[in-house]
Parts: sequence; structure tokens; C-alpha cells
Amino acid sequence: MDPSEFFTASAVHIVAGKGGVGKTTLTAALGLAAASLGLEVLLIEIEGRGGLPGLFGRPTLHYREERLGERIRARSLRAEDALVEYLSDHGFGPLARRMIDTGLVEVVSRGAPGMKDILLLGKIKQLERAGAADVILVDAPASGHAVTFLRSPRGLLDAVATGPINSQAREVLDLLTDAARCQVLLVTTAEETPVNELVETAFSLEDEVGLHLGPVLVNGLLPDRRLPADVRRAGRRAGVELDTDLRLVLERASSYVRRRVEGQQAQLDRLADLLPLPRLTVTQRPCAGLTRAELPGLADELLTALRAA
Amino acid sequence: MTAPERDDDHRAVSLRALAAERSVIVCAGAGGVGKTSVAAAIAAHAAHQGRRAVVVTIDPARRLADALGLDGLTNEPHPVPGPWPGSMHAAMLDTKATFDALVSRYTASPAQTQRILRNRFYRNISHALSGTQEYMAAEKLYELHAAERFDLVVVDTPPTRQALDFLDAPGQLKRFLDHRVYRLMTSGKRGMTGVLNRAGFAVLRTAGRLVGSSVMEDAIAFFAAFEGMEAGFRERSQQVHRVLHSPATAFVVVTGPQLDTVTEAAFFLRRLHEEGLDAAALVANRVTPRFVDRRRGDRGAATMAALEPLAAGDGPLAGLAATVLELDALADQEDAVLDQLGQLDRGAGGDGPATAAPPAPTPLRVPLLDHDVHDLDSLEELRRLLFEA
Repeated sequence: MDPSEFFTASAVHIVAGKGGVGKTTLTAALGLAAASLGLEVLLIEIEGRGGLPGLFGRPTLHYREERLGERIRARSLRAEDALVEYLSDHGFGPLARRMIDTGLVEVVSRGAPGMKDILLLGKIKQLERAGAADVILVDAPASGHAVTFLRSPRGLLDAVATGPINSQAREVLDLLTDAARCQVLLVTTAEETPVNELVETAFSLEDEVGLHLGPVLVNGLLPDRRLPADVRRAGRRAGVELDTDLRLVLERASSYVRRRVEGQQAQLDRLADLLPLPRLTVTQRPCAGLTRAELPGLADELLTALRAA
Repeated sequence: MTAPERDDDHRAVSLRALAAERSVIVCAGAGGVGKTSVAAAIAAHAAHQGRRAVVVTIDPARRLADALGLDGLTNEPHPVPGPWPGSMHAAMLDTKATFDALVSRYTASPAQTQRILRNRFYRNISHALSGTQEYMAAEKLYELHAAERFDLVVVDTPPTRQALDFLDAPGQLKRFLDHRVYRLMTSGKRGMTGVLNRAGFAVLRTAGRLVGSSVMEDAIAFFAAFEGMEAGFRERSQQVHRVLHSPATAFVVVTGPQLDTVTEAAFFLRRLHEEGLDAAALVANRVTPRFVDRRRGDRGAATMAALEPLAAGDGPLAGLAATVLELDALADQEDAVLDQLGQLDRGAGGDGPATAAPPAPTPLRVPLLDHDVHDLDSLEELRRLLFEA
């Protein structure tokens, strides 16, 4: 597919997946990829709990938007800030601060789950409506929480029958269920548990919320180099004399890598059976501390995968 | 597969000592680092040592749950069969049932229990709320510990940054109960008979306009029904607090070798330190294995030296040699990331200047296996790596 078409198929892209699969990293890499195509990108972090700012060499992001690079801006959405803004925009002005300062909002929002989520989603919807960027990438909470987060408008429509929260929930739901405005990109690694969670999340989001699912991003794939199982034979063929130490090292490494590659292939097959969606794969980076320096390489790999998809 | 070059032996002994001597072990760490498997392996090890151990997990991977005999949420510990002289049980935290039991314990009458359990505000906070799960994990831990049915209770915490908030549950509860909103609402149920000042009423009415009046009514009814239970709740959370801070309790932080999970681990170490607690052990799980044993000195160095020219050639053997070198370089990088642990934390708020870094125990490295840990055999493999490395 054409990468530009992919990025502009909807303005909002919600990136979701189990904790530890590299969701935040891929959000940043997708942002870089879109920016490299000349698109204006806005990265959104929810409740300041992710590693997004760190990938851009910043200690933190703020509610106020900041520029991180050419055509890339970012902001961190917090429910409290969104609430103050929402209340003053909806005629609750003088009481807004007081309701927050007394802790009333904190207490009440505990009793009506989804209240905070709807404020955050409401802000994303407002940014989308205002045309804040060509591509809005949301680094969603980890999968279990992502489902709760994205299900909040449906829940609130039932719990709060009238009033501003009800209309907010309705408008957010309109955004979430419109494939031309919003899609979800699910991230996983080729391991059993993340694949299981991904499939569950996919069905919940599609069936219970009505979200449109974009391609699945498979992160950290170990490349299959078809390593030789018979090291002695490979040595003879290469005309190399292998001492015992070296041969044992090579045999153990070969067996380890081949078993992991087999295991991940089995998981990729399972994923294809359980969830027939297009797939974008990204290979494992040979580094433990992913920094900004690695992002362009990842972005290129995503663009290549998109073109091939 | 060989052990990493540094000497982890004394660390392994200390984790052994924890499993042998402590009565509560809390595992904390980011999602996806294998916390549940580590918690289960610690319980299995205690069972091997002849102790009666129970592991309380939160949302384990399905196959691991199956292997532990857990079929859905269950607060009642189930026996896990194994070749040990002691015993191992497993439970999967049922947040709502735990909360219900806690409420029932402190109500004055069955009618009050029903009023609370049926209240919509209560039903919402008792299962859907972030923070409740953490609080109830601590409650369950305390309950199992206090019942003295087990010698060791191992708890796996929720995979969130808030996982350790329960350490301050008594403080949070106290602040909540002392809160003017709470007082406002409990006086509100007296029917707005002038007890409430005008400004307070305006705030409540505005909030009702925002979130819907039925939500407010439910909240007020909940706080009204809760009256008289504060003392019991306070006392209970002080008991939980005492257990968490007792020398019989140990905290084990679990991390992966990547920068993001190590940053989370640093956050947890600081959070513990702020509570006056320190992690007794740090497990670096799923580190890239090294295939060349550098502890073998010249022979290890000779093997490394022989790999380089091999990797420069063509063909399958060259690809294999290059792979070994890459894995070794990755292991080096992971070591460097783990070594930074003390300096990574930016303070609890994320943007504050770093103050004195809390002490970070030397990580006990567990290599990434070539298969998932999802059955009792692979759990046994993990146990050996943790305790017998």
C-alpha cells in the first residue's frame, strides 16, 4: 500500500498493545515515518506514564504542545487539565477550579468509571476536529487498560443519560467508530502471551466498541538467517577447522536461535489464523536502550513494510 | 548456555535466603517482564525447601494460569502439584470479591452490607477502578498472611506505575475519610437541612449537572451507608501497613534488560525507598544469553577472536558466527543499561531533578529462554535459573 494513503486514511491512529511489546517506540517511529512523507504529525501521550519523551531526549511532555522535530509535535494529555479546559469551555467557569480543588471531581470520577477516559478522548476528538495535524498518533495505555479506555464512551452513554458528559460520550463514539477518522494499530511481539492478548483486545475493540482495526504491527522479530543445524558439516564445507570450544559455542547458539525463530514462526502462523489482518513486521534492533538514534532506522523499516503490504 | 561473566552467586544466595526465611514477598515491575513467572518460581522454590507457599497472581498469562490450575478469578488458593516436600498453592486475585469481604467484615448489620454492596457507586469503585486492584492485592496478602495457613505468601503486583500505591493505602484511606468532600457528602444525606453551606451545595449541584444527578445520588448514598465503618477500615489498613513494613516482608523488583523496563525498575526502587523500604533483590529477567564463557579467560578470549574472521566470510557458518557476535554485543549493551540503574530515575514526578539514588541491588540475571514459560516444566527451569545458577 502507499504509505501516505495509510497515514491519511484516518487522522487519528491509536497505537495499543500489551506492556513491553514496544508500543511507545513504534508510535514514535510511525511519527517519524509520517513526517518523512511530508505530513504534519502530533504525538499524544496519555497521563504522562510512557517513555515517549525519553525517545526524543526530553525528560517529560506537557499538556501544552511542543515541537520535537521537523513536522513532529507532541503533548501529554492529563484528565485534570482536560477537565479544567472542558469546564471553562462549557460554562462551568467559576466553579471549575473549586470543584477540582475540593477533590469533588476526583471522588466522583471514581464512582463513574470512564469519566477521566472520556475527558481524554474528548480532547483527542477536539484536536481531530480542529485539524491539529495530518496524523494524530496516540500512545494508548497498555492493552487491558486500552480496552477499558476505549470502551468508556459506551459505558458512559448507559450510566449518564443526559447532560454534557452524555453528549461528549456520543461525539467520542462517533469518532471511534468512523473508519475515515480513526483506526487502531495493535502492536505485539511474536510470543504467545502478547499474541493472545492482542487477539482478545482486537475482538473487544471491534465487537464492543466498533473500532476499525488497521494493520497489526509485529515488533522485535528475530530474522530467520537459516542457521546451520549441523555445525561440523558447515565447517567442513567452509573449509574451516573448528576446535571443540568454538564448535560447542556455535552449536548452542545455533540451536537457541533456531528454536526461537521456530517459536516465533508458530506464533505468527497462529496470529494469522486468529486475526486475519494485514501485518507489518519490524526486526529486532541490536540494542538494549532504544534512543532517538535508532528511530530513523525503525521508521524506514516501517515504510518498507507498508510499501510491501 | 553459560552464565554471565560477573559473579552473581552471592545474589542467588540472597534470593534463596528470602524464599527460605521471609513470610511475605512482593514482586513489582513493568508489564511484560515475566513478573508472574518469577513470583510463581519463588513460591515453587519455597515448596522445594519444605515450606507451605502460596502465590497470588494478578492476570497471569492464560497457559501459565492453566498450568497453576487456575481457572478464572479465584481468591481461594488451589494446590499446585509438584515434586516438593512442602506445598504450593496459587490464587488469582478477585478484586471485587476481596472488597466485598472487606466491607462485610466491618458492617454493623447484614442490611448495611446489602446497602453498600448493591450501591452502584460502590459496584463501580470495587472492580473497575484503578487503584482498587492494588489496594485489594495488599488486603489479600494480609489476609493470607494473617491466617497462618502458609509460611510464605508471594504476591505479584499489577503491571502499572501505581502498583506500589498500596504501600500508602492507609494514608490514602485516611486522607479520603478526612476529606471535606466525604464530610460534605455524609452531611448531605441528612437532607440538605441547612447543615450544608450554600457554597458546598452549589458545588454538589454543579457536579451533578456535569456527571448526572443519579451518579451524585449514588455517591451520597454510598458515603452515607459507609458511616460507622471508618474505624474498622482504618485499623485494618494499619495492620496491612505493619505487615508490609515488617522485616518478614521482602520486595523483589523484576526488570527486563531494555532501557524502558529498567527505567520502570528504577522508578519502583525509588518508590520503595520513599516508603522507607528497600528492594531485597533485583531480578533482570530475559537477558540475552552469552554463548562464549568469558570467565574461562584465555580460552573464552580465543573463541571470541576465532569468531571474528569466521563471521567475515560467506555462507551459513559465517552467518552463525556473526549471530553469536551480535548476541554477545547485545548482551554487552544490556549489561551497560542494567549498570545505569542507579542513575536512571528522574524522580517520582518524572521531571524533578534526580535526588540521591536509592540503593539498587546487583541484578540477578536470568537468560531469555528459547521458549515461553507457560507450564510447570518451564517454571521449574526458571526456578533453577533463579535459585541454582
